[in-house]
Amino acid sequence: MKCKVCKGPAVMDIRRHNAAFCKPHFLDHFRNQVARTIKEFSMFTSDDRLLVAVSGGKDSLAVWDVLIDLGYDATGFYLDLGIGGYSTRSKEAAIAYADAKGAKLIVRSLAEEHGYTVPELAKLTRRVPCSGCGLNKRYEFNRAALEEGFDILVTGHNLDDEVATLFGNVLHWNVDMLGRQAPVLEEKVVGGATALVRKVKPLVRLAERETAAYALLTGIDYVIEECPMVEGNTQHRYKEAVALLEESSPGTKNHMYFGFLNRVRHRFGDEDENFELVPCAGCGAPAARWDAAAEPVCSFCKTKRLALGRKQQ
Amino acid sequence: MKVRLRNPDRVVDVSGPATVLDLLKELSIVPEAVLVIRDATLLTRDERLNETDEIEVRPVLSGGAS
Repeated sequence: MKCKVCKGPAVMDIRRHNAAFCKPHFLDHFRNQVARTIKEFSMFTSDDRLLVAVSGGKDSLAVWDVLIDLGYDATGFYLDLGIGGYSTRSKEAAIAYADAKGAKLIVRSLAEEHGYTVPELAKLTRRVPCSGCGLNKRYEFNRAALEEGFDILVTGHNLDDEVATLFGNVLHWNVDMLGRQAPVLEEKVVGGATALVRKVKPLVRLAERETAAYALLTGIDYVIEECPMVEGNTQHRYKEAVALLEESSPGTKNHMYFGFLNRVRHRFGDEDENFELVPCAGCGAPAARWDAAAEPVCSFCKTKRLALGRKQQ
Repeated sequence: MKVRLRNPDRVVDVSGPATVLDLLKELSIVPEAVLVIRDATLLTRDERLNETDEIEVRPVLSGGAS
């Protein structure tokens, strides 16, 4: 294959664009797609302080790398989930990248902050690990952004992540989740103060295969191994199913996601009108109050109380 | 040729495939779900392979909570 731009030998083909690129023109294409997404969805400006949630994997390190190269004020945040050697290697990858790039990285640990690791949390709550992991990551990313004074929380969600989530939400008709799926989740003010920092996903125009290619071609030493707790994970199965569809009909993922954003999403509200959003009695984070007489407690505090309660038994 | 596969990490011997696409078909791997690497360089699906090549097939789809 030949590069679409210079006609030299290509290293990366992107069938949904009916294009292939040599290394320099693929990297240009990748950065241009990120810059286009930031502009198209008015994600942030160069005046904003960005906190990038970094896992040590290809997506989060790639988005951090592009933001730094584009001149944004982007600090990394790594949360140690306590998943044995996998977490150790992930943390090393995040720290090594930050050191090599001269970028600032904030590191926190779930065990130190809350008294449990993800494997312990799964056992204590008797729920699948990914459920507690996702809840704790979202909570800690937001808490770190608020405490450290960041304007925007950036995540490395790519097109495949968004399509797999959409696919699952449609399969199960999670109508409330469909209303909340977007490249930008606006800041939420509860009780007069910012409770949820504005959250953005600048990689939604790029497939997972492209973020892996970007990391490899730029020499980012990311963690290739899969999380040991993810086996049989639903999101992964959806991605495999969608990859088959994309292979036979290139462009399927793009059509599904951007068709949803442009033509369908507005039909779903982003709020359930049956509850009121109030500060959590435990931590002040947003909590849904369905009943005026009930004490409002957020999902994170409920899970933490359950886990620590059982741990003490 | 030697082909390195991941998750779990292993090396298999494959002989015969003329191109990257042929190799992936033989291994029953969906091309959209992997990168194919030779000498630290990415290969497109039409790239020709040699019996002496050392190839890495790297999965790109990650799972888990988001």
